Amino acid sequence: MSNTTNIMLAGVGGQGILLASEVISKAALKEGFDVKKSEVHGMAQRGGSVVSNVTYGEKVYSPLIAKGEADLLLGFEPLEALRWGYYLKSDGAIITNTQRIDPLPVAAGKIEYPDNVIDRLKTIGQQVISFDALQLARDLGNQRVVNTILIGKFANFSDISNGSFKEIIAENVPPKTVELNLKAFEVGNEQE
Amino acid sequence: MAEELLLSGNEAIARGAYEAGVRVATAYPGTPSTEILENIVDYKEDIYCQWSPNEKVAMEVAIGAAFGGVRTLVAMKHVGLNVAADPFMTLSYTGVRGGLVIVTADDPSMHSSQNEQDNRHYARFAKVPMLEPSDSQEAKDFVGYALDISEEFDTPVILRVTTRISHAKTVVEPAKREEQPVPEEFEKDPEKFVMVPANARKRHPIVEDRLEKISQYGEEASINQVEKNSHQLGVITSGISYNYVKEVFSGASILKLGLSYPLPKQKIKNFAKQVDKIYVIEELDPFLENQIKAMGIEVIGKDKLPAIYEFNTKIIRDSLLEEQEELEVEPVEDLPPRPPALCPGCPHRGVFYTLNKLGVAVTGDIGCYALGVVPPLSAMDTVVCMGASVGNAFGMELALGDKIKGDIVGVIGDSTFMHSGITGLIDIMYNKGASTIVILDNRITAMTGHQENPVTGKTLMDEETVCIDLAELSTALGVKEENVRTIDPYHLKATNNAIKEELAKDEISIVVAQRSCALLKSVDFKEPYYVDSDKCKDCGQCLDLGCPAIVKEDGKAKINDYLCTGCGVCTQVCSFDAIVREGDNDE
Repeated sequence: MSNTTNIMLAGVGGQGILLASEVISKAALKEGFDVKKSEVHGMAQRGGSVVSNVTYGEKVYSPLIAKGEADLLLGFEPLEALRWGYYLKSDGAIITNTQRIDPLPVAAGKIEYPDNVIDRLKTIGQQVISFDALQLARDLGNQRVVNTILIGKFANFSDISNGSFKEIIAENVPPKTVELNLKAFEVGNEQE
Repeated sequence: MAEELLLSGNEAIARGAYEAGVRVATAYPGTPSTEILENIVDYKEDIYCQWSPNEKVAMEVAIGAAFGGVRTLVAMKHVGLNVAADPFMTLSYTGVRGGLVIVTADDPSMHSSQNEQDNRHYARFAKVPMLEPSDSQEAKDFVGYALDISEEFDTPVILRVTTRISHAKTVVEPAKREEQPVPEEFEKDPEKFVMVPANARKRHPIVEDRLEKISQYGEEASINQVEKNSHQLGVITSGISYNYVKEVFSGASILKLGLSYPLPKQKIKNFAKQVDKIYVIEELDPFLENQIKAMGIEVIGKDKLPAIYEFNTKIIRDSLLEEQEELEVEPVEDLPPRPPALCPGCPHRGVFYTLNKLGVAVTGDIGCYALGVVPPLSAMDTVVCMGASVGNAFGMELALGDKIKGDIVGVIGDSTFMHSGITGLIDIMYNKGASTIVILDNRITAMTGHQENPVTGKTLMDEETVCIDLAELSTALGVKEENVRTIDPYHLKATNNAIKEELAKDEISIVVAQRSCALLKSVDFKEPYYVDSDKCKDCGQCLDLGCPAIVKEDGKAKINDYLCTGCGVCTQVCSFDAIVREGDNDE
């Protein structure tokens, strides 16, 4: 357990979370780590809360991260990062997209979206990095690369080489979008 | 050494079927089992594979193939085995000829299921052996292993996985396919294959004897592994729990049961003698625990560990270790929930909106459209199992008679109607019911991720095939032609009128609400709509549709142009013509 790295990805169905966790897992495998990745699909692939676990290290047993055991939380949407924040270790880090996506009850005007989500995340993570990945993706001309931008930022924190990430990204995105995704990875990578 | 792959348990099972020389594979899709056949189809040159209308038929086809003498796999989710239980129980008596592995994918925690049944009981119930892999490598290897046991002991074998095996990806080393011979002809043997009472009576002792032999086999088989460590603590476990045990009790001795039914009793007794204290760690029911306790061995299990929901390391630690771990970070309470919703452009939305407005009772079924229960649509009152809505509607009519006459609708999807709704309809016909059934025909099995079915005109192996017409089928079963209507659920008025008119009739009616799933690749999205803020009176009517593309911002309705499919249903509920799109004014 102590020699593994536990990454939790949380966001909203349709944001590319499953592809992102696939890329991180395969990059870790490429680096020679043992890897386990787990998520639940079925209900709620569109618009529901989605969470995926990636664990890598010399030898991994559990495919499921328990509460309080995540080293890093990669948030695709601030509210979802806050919802799953209690899985983080006390010295864990949070990287989150600031793109807000309203859940249906909020969209329908029945409940308010909570205030100061990023500030509240700062009380959870030892280090919290937040930026608008959607805006960066739009600047690149395609709002679908939010996930690759987040992977780029995550790469700064991991012991997986950028080379491995890039190779895996190139193998796993649609051929036409390889260049765009590699650019998106770099944009995330260079993000302060 | 072949290159290591990162495979989900389901992908690994497909790979295992390929490597073990399987020639026939059948299934009905159901989470978490669906991807097994979706990946076997990659090997369609070597393995014939099909979606069957339901699990019972899938099982029956698989049984035929195994009787014919080839290696066969049939896959289903846990509740699917309930549907297939009838042929399965007798299959235990006949045994097989070619190896037959039955994959049951259980769903602890009910991530996408209506109950949490522990299908290990089926192994005991039917007296067939069961293997439980703990990761993808084992999931792959155990398919071949199960087929070997199946052929050696002339028995079907259950391969029991859970969501955390099916949908977790772990490292797998692939191998080559080993071809198995195909018999020249079917070798007749009615005493073995024809289960009339006289023959079945002779088979039952064979079943009991077989179970004893497999139990003996399990004593020596390397699939039941002892990891010798500390003598202070021993853990008996199987399946996914093994991984949690390895993390939490790294120093303990472990008996890992890969062949978890029938139990290797002597091996368990020997293990028990070598350790001071024994934990039995298993998700859901005390399946191993009760059998081990019945052997007179003292163990700690469900008196401390939960018998509901899936495990993780924290649950095991908190249940069994003295000192409780304090959570450093508490979950944040009172966050807005993010419930799943029918997709933007979903054709079911129009039907549920209409049913809600009509205020009728609705018996529902299993599929995407079960989301019709979620506010603001809130238009579903029962969901029991695949196909139940049709029978449930008729039963409610029988119970309440005139009090519910014209006030109850059964809804069912196209694939689900094919699965087991059709027999419910036959029952209503035969017993002179007058129910109104709405078939939500979105031209695909949508919930599990778009599998072909008998109404889509395509097979799993992507071949063209017959396309069953639901309206014609209904009339063929005896529903009067004038009581069978096909409507487009994007048209609210037509939907409302059709359902209302059919409800008023004192005869059985079928309304086929036909419109392709908005996520089908063949569906083109139209120009998105927007809200003309000058015309919008902020009445909130459009929000009653529960469309994820319509949001409330600063008190006004707004349409998210990225999500909007241009279906136009919302334009029909707006009393002020405030929902428009570019070009509308030019017309």
